[in-house]
Amino acid sequence: MGSNAKTAGTLDHADLSDIFNRDEPRVNWHDETLWFVRTKRDRAAHSLPEWELLRETASGIKHNVLSNLHNYLQQFEEKAIANGVQVHWAADAKEHNEIVLSILKKHKITQMVKSKSMLTEECHLNEYLQQNGVGVIDSDLGERIVQLAEEPPSHIVLPCIHKKKEEIGDLFHVHLGTEAGESNPQVLTEAARQHLRDTFLTRKVSLTGVNFAVAETGEFVVCTNEGNADMGSHLADVHIACMGIEKIIPERKHLSFFLRLLARSATGQPITTYSSHFKKPRPGQEMHIVLVDNGRTTQLGREDFRNSLKCIRCGACMNTCPVYRRSGGHSYHNAIAGPIGSILAPNLDMKKYADLPFASTLCGSCSNVCPVKIDIHDQLYKWRQVLVKEGHVSPVKAVGMKAMAFTFSMPRFFAFAGKAGRSLMRLFPFAVNNKLNPWFKEREMPAPPQESFREWYSKNRK
Amino acid sequence: MTSRDKILAAVKANQPDLRPLPEVVIPVSHADLIQKYTEVASGIGAKVYEVESVSQIKSILADHFDMSKRKVTTLADFADFAETDILQLDPHALEDVELAILKAELGVAENSALWVAEQHLGQRVVPFICQHLAILVEREKILPTMHQAYEYIGERDYGYAAFIAGPSKTADIEQSLVLGAHGPRSLSVFIV
Ligand code: SF4
Repeated sequence: MGSNAKTAGTLDHADLSDIFNRDEPRVNWHDETLWFVRTKRDRAAHSLPEWELLRETASGIKHNVLSNLHNYLQQFEEKAIANGVQVHWAADAKEHNEIVLSILKKHKITQMVKSKSMLTEECHLNEYLQQNGVGVIDSDLGERIVQLAEEPPSHIVLPCIHKKKEEIGDLFHVHLGTEAGESNPQVLTEAARQHLRDTFLTRKVSLTGVNFAVAETGEFVVCTNEGNADMGSHLADVHIACMGIEKIIPERKHLSFFLRLLARSATGQPITTYSSHFKKPRPGQEMHIVLVDNGRTTQLGREDFRNSLKCIRCGACMNTCPVYRRSGGHSYHNAIAGPIGSILAPNLDMKKYADLPFASTLCGSCSNVCPVKIDIHDQLYKWRQVLVKEGHVSPVKAVGMKAMAFTFSMPRFFAFAGKAGRSLMRLFPFAVNNKLNPWFKEREMPAPPQESFREWYSKNRK
Repeated sequence: MTSRDKILAAVKANQPDLRPLPEVVIPVSHADLIQKYTEVASGIGAKVYEVESVSQIKSILADHFDMSKRKVTTLADFADFAETDILQLDPHALEDVELAILKAELGVAENSALWVAEQHLGQRVVPFICQHLAILVEREKILPTMHQAYEYIGERDYGYAAFIAGPSKTADIEQSLVLGAHGPRSLSVFIV
């Protein structure tokens, strides 16, 4: 598969997953760990009778955002400026990186602390700044670990989910001076805490991502469990927040829907530890927002794919994806892996990422868990057709398009199915969910509740 | 054409026809809010105390934390217990704070989050840089869900505010939960 991508001199998803699959116990462990996260998500979702209504509404709000983005962006800009924030616009990754560098240069800064931002991964900001003499320290523990390992994150929410604690112990031994052979997560986390506290206290510029930006008020919200975005920003003289233009939501009250959905979908937590609302710089501080396009307006114009811009980066589609779980995030050779990454990447470069929409069984489990109801698997299917039409897929593969769903990915990833005694549900999340029509049903079908939603709703609506 | 104009023009050209904002009422139950709050908060590693008086809070804190170390607060009731003069400090000067005592404007039963706004923080960094955090919240300010919370917050102005739920944590190493990532190692919630 994907012989086309290989001509570009890179390995495609299938090759990279073969590499990942050489270590079977590790693949099984990766698979099980992510499935564990998925089950936590299920428990959190099923504990709210209104879950489907929340998804439906969040999806509706995002539809409205995409249809009125032109106004919302200007409203957001106007409010942010009135709040004392400097607003920048970047057409692409290059311009984004240049803007960040120019702010650093203005302050003669050569060291920066950064909390999680998938956008800066997408723009390869760290490499760019390094080449320009600026050192970046990632402060999210998982991101710091992959940074020390000189690897990209393999998951948008769980950046080092592919790493065993012994490997992390080795990294910390070399870089942070922990005892050789120490692999206790508690001890390793404490070592990182001490090391990063020092970083927070000495950096003058902090860069963060943005989870939501409110047009009505000009504020933006950053969600973390560790408190690293806040530690960095409240101690720094300059706070730079980078966001894709699709992160806008209309009103503050809409945050309630997204904050109820985000953490539950991501890790099964009722909410992240911190949901920080940044509106104005603190006295004496400088605050910047960089609004980035980098292909988003193009995707907005692709009717079949624009819904991918509704994504709130919860990672649920990765945790549930049988292919992701058994191929690992790095096999997607893109900042954002998994089902959603496979829709976003070809928008940026069809040739380079022609393999990704094929890295799916089209089982639909991703669409079923997505908190904003993106039709992920339909879009993957549509991308395949576009890529064939545009000549980015080998003819052999194109002929097989119709039977594609099972023939491509399944044998590769599920050869060990029976052996390891994995549950049927985990291998085929859709099969148990819905025996009759696995692909187009919109809910993931948990055990039916005692009372139907309708009954519950009419009883509780007062 | 600046990038701003280019981006806005492309958005305008490519955005679909206007779709209205959904108007929904999410059903809500007001039953057993304190119990629910306590359950959820305990589930994510916070300690919850229902208390009658400020002196009771002080004695609980004295029992659990090292009183010889630095304590800060923005609450007048705790002026005899902790440093109150933190507004003018450089935030870095708070590095050695062991315990911070703050007040939340509201709590949310469904996820145990507490809403603390800049006015009550003294310094934005306080609830993050301290080793341990204690937050007071009034019993009748525990609301059922995030919808009621944002209704309460309404259009009020703030420079910075946050929902805080539990102590700082990470599970980045093999999904094993460790409390005390970069922020406080513990959160004590006092329902008054
Ligand atoms: S596509 Fe949906 S499920 Fe996947 S990360 Fe985005 S919001 Fe989450």
